[in-house]
Amino acid sequence: MRTAAAILRKDLLIERRTLETLPGMALLSVMTFVIFHFGLGQDSLSGQLAAGVLTVTLLFAAMLAVNRLFVAEREQGGFDAFLLAPVDRTAMFTAKATALFLFMVALELIAVPAFALLLAPPGLGRSLPAFLLMLVLADGAFAVIGTFVSAIAVHTRARDLIGPVIGLPLLLPALIATASGIGPLLTLRASGSPEPKWLAVLALYDLFTALLAIGLFDYLLEE
Amino acid sequence: MRLPHCTGEMQDAAITPDPEGPTAPALSLVVELDGLTRHFGERTVLRGISLGLDAGQTLAVLGRNGAGKSTLLRILATLLRPHAGSVKLFGEPLPRQGWAVRGRIGLLGHEPLLYRDLSGRENLAYHARLHRVPQGRVDELLEAVGMLQRADDPIRSLSRGMVQRLTVARAVLHRPALLLLDEPRSNLDPAAGDLVEPLIGRSAGVTRVLTSHDPQAALAEADLVLALASGRAAYVGPPAGLDQGTVRSLYA
Repeated sequence: MRTAAAILRKDLLIERRTLETLPGMALLSVMTFVIFHFGLGQDSLSGQLAAGVLTVTLLFAAMLAVNRLFVAEREQGGFDAFLLAPVDRTAMFTAKATALFLFMVALELIAVPAFALLLAPPGLGRSLPAFLLMLVLADGAFAVIGTFVSAIAVHTRARDLIGPVIGLPLLLPALIATASGIGPLLTLRASGSPEPKWLAVLALYDLFTALLAIGLFDYLLEE
Repeated sequence: MRLPHCTGEMQDAAITPDPEGPTAPALSLVVELDGLTRHFGERTVLRGISLGLDAGQTLAVLGRNGAGKSTLLRILATLLRPHAGSVKLFGEPLPRQGWAVRGRIGLLGHEPLLYRDLSGRENLAYHARLHRVPQGRVDELLEAVGMLQRADDPIRSLSRGMVQRLTVARAVLHRPALLLLDEPRSNLDPAAGDLVEPLIGRSAGVTRVLTSHDPQAALAEADLVLALASGRAAYVGPPAGLDQGTVRSLYA
C-alpha cells in the first residue's frame, strides 16, 4: 500500500501542477450538457433518457483521462523506474485506478451540478444519496476498466483509438447498469432509492473486473 | 560451458557470502551470461554472448551505435527478456528470479527516468519511497551531485548536465550492488564528472557494467572487456588483451 500511495501521490502532484486531465474532462462534460440542452430544445430530461445522457457523457469524459493515465510513465520512463524497484507490481494498478477514480469524483463535482442546472428534472435532491451511490459504483467500473485498457493502449501507437475501442465495449455492462439504476431516480416521482438489482450488478461488475484486472496487470507491464 | 571471467577480491558487502569460503570463486560472480541471445523482430541484436563478472569488477562493453550495448544493459536490468541462453545476476536466473535481484541494480541509461514536471527533490523522494530508502538519503545525494541549490526546480527547467547529475543520484539512491552505466558521463562537464565519480566511478566499489563513446576511457576503468560487433562478442577478456587495431575496427 505504501508503494501505491507513493505512485498516487506523485500522479496527483503532477496533475495539480500540469492540469492536463481534469480541466479537459470537465469542459467536455459541461459542453456536452450545453449541446444537449440547446440541441434537444428542452429545459429538462427525465427517466432513462436523462440517465443515458449523463452516463454516456461521464463515460466519454473518463476516456480522456484513460488516454492520459500512463502517458507520463511511458514517455518519461516511469514504467522502467517502477520495474526496477523491488515492489509488488499490482501497486501500479492500485494507484492508477485510484487516481482515475478520484478524477471521476472530481469531474462529477462539476458535471453533476451542471447536469442538474441544464438537464435534470426538478426534485433531484430527494434521490441524491441513491444517485451518488450509483455514480460511485460506476466510477469504480470506469476506474478499473479504464486503468486496464490504458495499460494496454499505452504500448500502442494508436493509444487514443485503442482506449475507447477496447474500453467502451468492456464498459457496456456497467453503462447499462448505471443508466438503468439512475433512470428511475431522475423522474418527477422518484422513489429515492435505486433498484437493488442494478446496485448488485454494478457492485459485482466492479469486484469481478477488479480481480481480473489485478490478475492480468502484471503481464501488461512486461516488454 | 566455462565462462570467461575476472577474478578479484570481493569488494561488495551486499553480495551473498560464499558458504564454502574463498575456494569457490564461482559464487562471487555477479553477472553470468551463457549464450545470451536477443532478437527484435527478425533482427538478432545479441547473439550467443557468454561471460562472467566477479563482484567489485568493471565490465566495459564496447561497440559502435546499434551493436547491442544498451540492449545488454536492459536485459541485465531485468527490463528485457533474453530469448535464448541464460542470464544470472547474483546467482539468480533471469527473468524467472528477476524479483529477487531488483533493488540491487542501479540503472543509468539514456533516459533519466525522472518526471519532467516534478523537481529533482520530488523525483528522488518518489524513488526513495519505491525503494524504501530513508528520505534523508535524498538530501545527501543532492548535495553529493551539487544540485542542492536547484533541487526544487522542475526537471524540465534544468540543463542536460544537471539532469544527468540527478540521474546519477537516482541510480545510486538505493545503494545498488550492481551499476549498469550506459554512457554515464554524457552531458557532464569535467567538474560534474568529478562530482559523480565517487558515486559511479571505480572508487564506488561496486560491480559495474558500463558503455562509453570513449573506448580509451572505458578500457582504463575496466577489468573485463566485451567488444560487440553486430551483436556478436568480437572479444571477451582483460583490457590488456585488446589491441588498438581491434578497438579501431569496432568503431569503423
